[in-house]
Amino acid sequence: MSAVEPSLGRQIKGPSAVGTDPRRFWHLTRALAVTEFKLRFFGSVLGYAWQVMRPLLLFGVLYVLFTQIVKIGGDVPMYGVALLLGLVLYTFLSEASGSAVTSIVDRENLVRKIEFPRLAVPLSVVLTALFNLGLNLCVVAIFLLASGGSVRWSWLELIPLVALLAVLASGLAMLLSALYVRARDLKPIWDVVLQILFYGSPIFYAVETVQESAPDWVAKALMLNPFAAILQQARHAVVSPEYDTAAAAIGGTWRLLAPLAVIAVVFVAGYLVFRRAAPRLAEDL
Amino acid sequence: MPPAPPAVAVDGVSKTFRLPHERVHTLKERALHPLRRMGHEAFPALRDVSFAVDHGEFFGIVGRNGSGKSTLLKLLAGIYAADRGRIYVNGRMSTFIELGVGFNNDLPARDNVMINATMLGLSPREARRRYDAVIDFAELREFEDLKLKNYSSGMEVRLAFSVMMQVDADVLLIDEVLAVGDASFQQKCFDEFARIRRAGKTVLLVTHDMGNVQRFCDRAMLLERGQVVELGDPDRVAARYLELNFNQGDVEATREEADAGRYGDRRAEIVEAWFEDESGERVQTIPGGARLAFCFRARFREAVADPLFGVVLADDRGTPVFEASNVLLEPAGTFAAGDEATVRIAFDCVLSSGRYEATPAIARGGSGVAWIDRRERFASIVVASARSTDAVLDVPFALEVRSRERR
Repeated sequence: MSAVEPSLGRQIKGPSAVGTDPRRFWHLTRALAVTEFKLRFFGSVLGYAWQVMRPLLLFGVLYVLFTQIVKIGGDVPMYGVALLLGLVLYTFLSEASGSAVTSIVDRENLVRKIEFPRLAVPLSVVLTALFNLGLNLCVVAIFLLASGGSVRWSWLELIPLVALLAVLASGLAMLLSALYVRARDLKPIWDVVLQILFYGSPIFYAVETVQESAPDWVAKALMLNPFAAILQQARHAVVSPEYDTAAAAIGGTWRLLAPLAVIAVVFVAGYLVFRRAAPRLAEDL
Repeated sequence: MPPAPPAVAVDGVSKTFRLPHERVHTLKERALHPLRRMGHEAFPALRDVSFAVDHGEFFGIVGRNGSGKSTLLKLLAGIYAADRGRIYVNGRMSTFIELGVGFNNDLPARDNVMINATMLGLSPREARRRYDAVIDFAELREFEDLKLKNYSSGMEVRLAFSVMMQVDADVLLIDEVLAVGDASFQQKCFDEFARIRRAGKTVLLVTHDMGNVQRFCDRAMLLERGQVVELGDPDRVAARYLELNFNQGDVEATREEADAGRYGDRRAEIVEAWFEDESGERVQTIPGGARLAFCFRARFREAVADPLFGVVLADDRGTPVFEASNVLLEPAGTFAAGDEATVRIAFDCVLSSGRYEATPAIARGGSGVAWIDRRERFASIVVASARSTDAVLDVPFALEVRSRERR
């Protein structure tokens, strides 16, 4: 028996991140994501409406606060739509990464009971968040048209921008879900990081405001944050061309390589960490 | 032409778990105690396990709790990675460690079937195509739009089992999911197993139920402490399993206990006791229904006239189930000091599966009990009966049902 030849058939090597069959990987990821999406609908009276309500409610509070009381948004073009777009994109990132952190542990019954490409779990979470983003973007579009905006070809830029954001979210999801299995306090830590990201990104304020009131380098440094750069470009493309492009805000097209590099590093690091952890996830749980 | 490769080949597989002495789950603990070395205890769950299963074989994997059989199943299923050794599988494999993996209570049956089937390896299109067969097999057509949380546990199990049966794998790994559901559904499952077997599929079944091993398996394997201790004939494996299971305390301990429960004036001593089968061979295990004999040897230190010899057989709860002695038989005669006597009590073993202990005794004849030597639980036998019953006896019986036509 020890002189086993490869002719003995398919070797079972244990679980891996992606597996050998990309189609199965995709079916699984999609099935998990669709289930999660449906569950939110089935679980509540208002169903899908909640998904749209969440950023809208936060939007209502912030809008009143910053137009009536603090007056940050006064001289910013179409402040309401810009704020809503920022909230919707931020909701995507925080939802995808936030629920990805605990995703492997939450799906313990699957991970311990069946063989499947482990990466399907965190990526399905990102996919669910992507479905929700799609819904929310419809609301943004309605809001934009209602506030006097117009349909422009540049809206199409949103596709590569959302794709970039999804790559960033996937990288974070892989990294966090794999690390959380062994370090359970990652969840509160990540919640704090998300808070910092919320206030550190030009979501309820505009980069243009920062440019006027702070030293020149501050606004440029803000753009090193890939989420801020993506949001800035999205505002330029979708809300109003009066917003600077990301390239202008950071001070040169080449400099955009910095936030892009951050995305690439997060994604590659996330993938490598997850791939390394994947074979032992079931026993480490 | 080279012989066809086996359906499953396991070659020298070992698996060791590292069990941390103190599980550190937070970064804080790590930060607070950076110098504390993490103590690990290596727990070898499987040691150098090798076996092969041919195509179309029904193969049983048995073992006590902690013997490593579940670890082996998870390695075969690809849920764990082996430390050493290789595992090969030919054909599409499906694992059923738990029924209804991925089932969600808030979704209706249809969605759950789709999810479960996808988890088990079907594409969405295949899953949709087989949905009707699944629902029909489960007999749940009228409940297909009901949320799973409104299902009874029996219905849920039926649904899960139906999906599993429709996955159409060549090699099935099954972990004790047989004994679920009501009797009629169980019968259906057994029928389905027979069908799978006839269809030439390979099945690896992990089970505790020796009845299933003997009924279904072509071959079986017994694991103990991560090693293969018996491989081959299901009856032999089942017998060995029962022996392991009922002889948990080692022999020495049993002897000491026996000494504690020893009474009598010792004018004669019981030196040895054993069970033997019809051919006179000493056995520790006997198949149910066979002819069995309990024997003991006694040595006389003083002369004794007409001693009484007897035995009480008790089950593992201590309830006496069988008694035999020569009280009402011919007197045994007179023994001189230094004589030896061997007593043999033969009977049909109509006991059900389990471990039984024999208490042999020698007593003086006449009125009242005067023990010469009585050794409690001095020998034991494990009965391995194919039929599983909760009753003490497994007596052969005939049952007929006569229907009378109504006038």
